[in-house]
Amino acid sequence: MSDELTRRVISCIAESQKIPAETITLDSTFEELGIDSLDGVNILFALENEFNINIPDEGVQGVRGVRQMVEALDKLLSSGGAARA
Amino acid sequence: MGRRRVVVTGMGIVSALGRNLDEFWRALLEGRPGIGPITLLDMSAVRFQNGAQAWSFNSADHFPLKEADFLDRFAQFAVVAARDAVRDAGLEWTPGLRERSGIVTGSCVGGKSTEDEGFQNLYLLKKPRVSPLTIARTMANAGASHISMETGICGPTYTVSTACSSSNHALGQAFRMVRDGDLELALAGGSEAPFSMGHLKAWEAMRVVSPDTCRPFCKDRRGMVLGEGGAMLVLEPLEAAKARGARIHGEIVGFGMSSDAHHLTQPTVEGPARAMRAALADGGLQPEQIGYINAHGTGTLANDPTEIAALRAALGPAAERLAISSTKSMHGHALGAAGAIEAVATLLALRHGILPPTANFTTPDPQCDLDVVPNQARHAAVECALSSSFAFGGLNAVLAFRRWDG
Repeated sequence: MSDELTRRVISCIAESQKIPAETITLDSTFEELGIDSLDGVNILFALENEFNINIPDEGVQGVRGVRQMVEALDKLLSSGGAARA
Repeated sequence: MGRRRVVVTGMGIVSALGRNLDEFWRALLEGRPGIGPITLLDMSAVRFQNGAQAWSFNSADHFPLKEADFLDRFAQFAVVAARDAVRDAGLEWTPGLRERSGIVTGSCVGGKSTEDEGFQNLYLLKKPRVSPLTIARTMANAGASHISMETGICGPTYTVSTACSSSNHALGQAFRMVRDGDLELALAGGSEAPFSMGHLKAWEAMRVVSPDTCRPFCKDRRGMVLGEGGAMLVLEPLEAAKARGARIHGEIVGFGMSSDAHHLTQPTVEGPARAMRAALADGGLQPEQIGYINAHGTGTLANDPTEIAALRAALGPAAERLAISSTKSMHGHALGAAGAIEAVATLLALRHGILPPTANFTTPDPQCDLDVVPNQARHAAVECALSSSFAFGGLNAVLAFRRWDG
């Protein structure tokens, strides 16, 4: 799980949620950030565009915070589980 | 003029469950879903593959080629359903009746395929122009307008668009106009044809569509399955229906509406509960009189447990002995046509004394622990029923029906 990956995920979340990246840490939960289910699909859309991948529902179920999101992406990117868009 | 009783004397339907009322009812009785791989367009770029397509619908069976040019698929569904409803009601038009009749249709997305085709021409094929029929085919009221031109109905005619509640709102409005004496007859319902690439991709992005089938109230439910089709109902004052010796499918007795005032996609318990209570109050019904609920029952993670909680909140202890089913498990979620299709299912259930099941049922969900009539239709003489629609945007519409015993 690289710092670069974390930085890009946080930047995607910040941009799609219109909140400053500085307010988001690896340990932030979506609840703390005021992110609900509709915001969640918006973030996935932003991440799919950022990494040029398709993120399957199964890969991100149960993700409730930034660290889980980064871990899920790391897994998808390294396993090839996310089909290149 | 005081409040009049309103009965349904004609019904027409186009859906994934066959060409007509009989085929629709037979599929519901057998718990046979009309869900399969969508063939209307190339689905290779879409994550989900299945839908409840109107498999046996063939435009050429209903419209000469020139006429079909003027009608998007969604408007064709509306017109065909209206023709069948008028025939089923055995109506004989007079100039006076046409003037005192109205049409209210529901549609969530209008002529999406037409719009998509135009955009493909512009953006993909770089053509400099789109068809001059694009606006007339795309407008959400196209169905209502075509029905008006074909039947000659020239009273109040309009279209309601409230996402998945559209045709329940349409039926409710028509019901009240007939009840209050504004109309002598109403043709009301809705239609939808949501299978266009741009629109399917939009649903894909929301991540609420099931990759396989629709399993409402199941623990392993994975989302909704989109459907298409249309249903139209003929509403008349009871006295007029009796006077002309019409066969009566059932009575509409109440209509309730509410808004969640909460969130675009997350449902609440209190909003739907308020609409159900309003429908009961409007119909002068007690919760104990309700024996069947045709649920909104989309099969999404969020909807189903919230709806069960709303039923308990609205009906109290009476909810525990209710039979509830989601026929979306068979005809899919036809968005703006859903309420009308489900009104037909509910009226047929009351009339035949058989409750259609929730199909594709596997494992019970402890959060949905009411009687959801899993897989098998059930004989039950039910006096009254509710049919619920709860739309994205938090807009709720509930109809109350009573069995007609003659």
